[in-house]
Amino acid sequence: MRTLADLYVQQFKTTFASMLQYRASLVIWMIAHVLEPLVYLIVWSTVSSTGGGSVGDYTTREFAAYFIVMMLVNHVTYTWIMYEYEYRIREGALSFALLKPVHPIHSDIADNVSSKLITLPGMLVVAIVLALMFHPSSHIVVWAILAGVPALLLAFLLRFLLEWSLAQVAFWTTRVGAINHTYYVMMLFLSGQIAPLTLFPSPIQAAAAVLPFRWMIGFPVELLLGRLTPGEALTGLAAQAAWLVVAFAVVRIVWRAGVRAYSAVGA
Amino acid sequence: MPDSKSPSPQADRPLATSPTIHVRDLRKVYVVSERESGAIAALQSLVHRRTTEIPAVDGISFDLSPGEIVGFLGPNGAGKTTTLKMLSGLLYPTAGDATVLGYIPSKRDKTFLRQITLVMGQRNQLVWDIPPMDSFELNRAIYRIPAADYRSTLEELTELLDLGPLLRRPVRNLSLGERMKCEIAAALLHRPQVVFLDEPTIGLDVTMQRRIRAFIAEYNRRFGATVLLTSHYMADVEALCRRVIVIHHGKLLFDGDLSNLVQQFTAHKTIVVRLEESSSDLSPYGEVVSCDDGLFTLRVPKAETAHVTERLLADLPVIDLLVEDSPIEEVVERVFAQEVS
Repeated sequence: MRTLADLYVQQFKTTFASMLQYRASLVIWMIAHVLEPLVYLIVWSTVSSTGGGSVGDYTTREFAAYFIVMMLVNHVTYTWIMYEYEYRIREGALSFALLKPVHPIHSDIADNVSSKLITLPGMLVVAIVLALMFHPSSHIVVWAILAGVPALLLAFLLRFLLEWSLAQVAFWTTRVGAINHTYYVMMLFLSGQIAPLTLFPSPIQAAAAVLPFRWMIGFPVELLLGRLTPGEALTGLAAQAAWLVVAFAVVRIVWRAGVRAYSAVGA
Repeated sequence: MPDSKSPSPQADRPLATSPTIHVRDLRKVYVVSERESGAIAALQSLVHRRTTEIPAVDGISFDLSPGEIVGFLGPNGAGKTTTLKMLSGLLYPTAGDATVLGYIPSKRDKTFLRQITLVMGQRNQLVWDIPPMDSFELNRAIYRIPAADYRSTLEELTELLDLGPLLRRPVRNLSLGERMKCEIAAALLHRPQVVFLDEPTIGLDVTMQRRIRAFIAEYNRRFGATVLLTSHYMADVEALCRRVIVIHHGKLLFDGDLSNLVQQFTAHKTIVVRLEESSSDLSPYGEVVSCDDGLFTLRVPKAETAHVTERLLADLPVIDLLVEDSPIEEVVERVFAQEVS
């Protein structure tokens, strides 16, 4: 455990040092992460204010709160591993990872977390600016915010493990773009990214409840905004935990099979 | 042969008799899809994919004793890299046995991986944007090298490879040779007992090649590491290896003393002459390999090289003359030709 901690610390340092070499690209990435939720925020605010101040159970100012918090949750949980893996396999860089006596997922998690730590302050500043512009309103529910912390952590782990598994598809095909795109679209609609899930027709809500996407973004957002009952919060945390168990299993299976495929065709 | 199920090396065996690397009838067959060029062929391949089996390594056997340093020779595509990758656990063999330090490489046991290294001259493991020192620290954590060992190994490598001024510069600002030295250091920080080197000197200038060579010899001497090295440069092999293994088309052609191989197969030298007139007949001087607009390539027995050169210069209007050793590909080709004839 101590040695693993050492590995994480070293990976943090490496990522910090590398990322600071590319300050411009850091800013561009952050802009991309702000723009998407900002577009949804503006669209829904406009729809809401022209429609009498609310849509479904969201007022204009609650939409603002939803998308600002969603931007932060998305920032905490997102990964770029699917694009990275394709490159690693194509360029043979994965071979070096396979030579190392440690599972490569550790370096990837450490790398992800450390780059988030670098960009988080910037995102918080953006969130404050957006708050000043759009006057969000939300109930401050203390227990919900406290429960939101583990929910956010579980959401991060779940999304990381699932997207890491999905990245392994690159072991079998060099055309991972189509798969990534499909995933992205499902994420957009079923996680609550494009709109709060309560605004969707009930079949979609039912689908979202059993699929993992909501538990990676929508659930922590709604929880942090105090829109869930204690019962819903507990059910949500349980769903996250259950999906996490599944994701762990998937990672193990896919990684083993992937390495087998990789080492069969020529690393 | 060590028990294939046991993950640990057999302790009850006397070290001198158990080979560090043991390879028996090792095979690796790649299945590749192939098609003709063009749009129609592309459409056809959608429906029916034609695949071919390419045996990259076709049943080779050899053993390496502890502390041995062996040159692994063969032209491009002979199966050298494939073999090294199988021995370092990156590739699954199609058939046959391979054990390294008593482990089965493809199981990628952590204790096994901690005792080996693979340096690929064409690939980099150092992080591009930061100084090598930071990548070294990362490897220290990955291999769990105790702080004291890390310091002393790093000191030693720094001295042997003259890394001092390079350690704090971003990798992207290093020259190819400087980078290679750092790559090698990064790969050896955990003091592996078995070192696989795949073209460690490729693309480097002669001075740097010599430097790396001297280092490999010294590392082998100091730590008693077993080294298996591939190279295109005969000089690398001549300087480092007493024993060579030659493979071609995945088959083992020669395994033995380098001196035997060279004696046996490079009894000739190549003389390249440019003459003022392109119509001369040079066959009385040696075997004419090629003749292209006044540029002649002759193959002459090694012992006669000096004499033939003298005669050429005396008899003919020579503009330029060059005496070369047969390139390693040619040596190997000749080994191969002997094999089939």
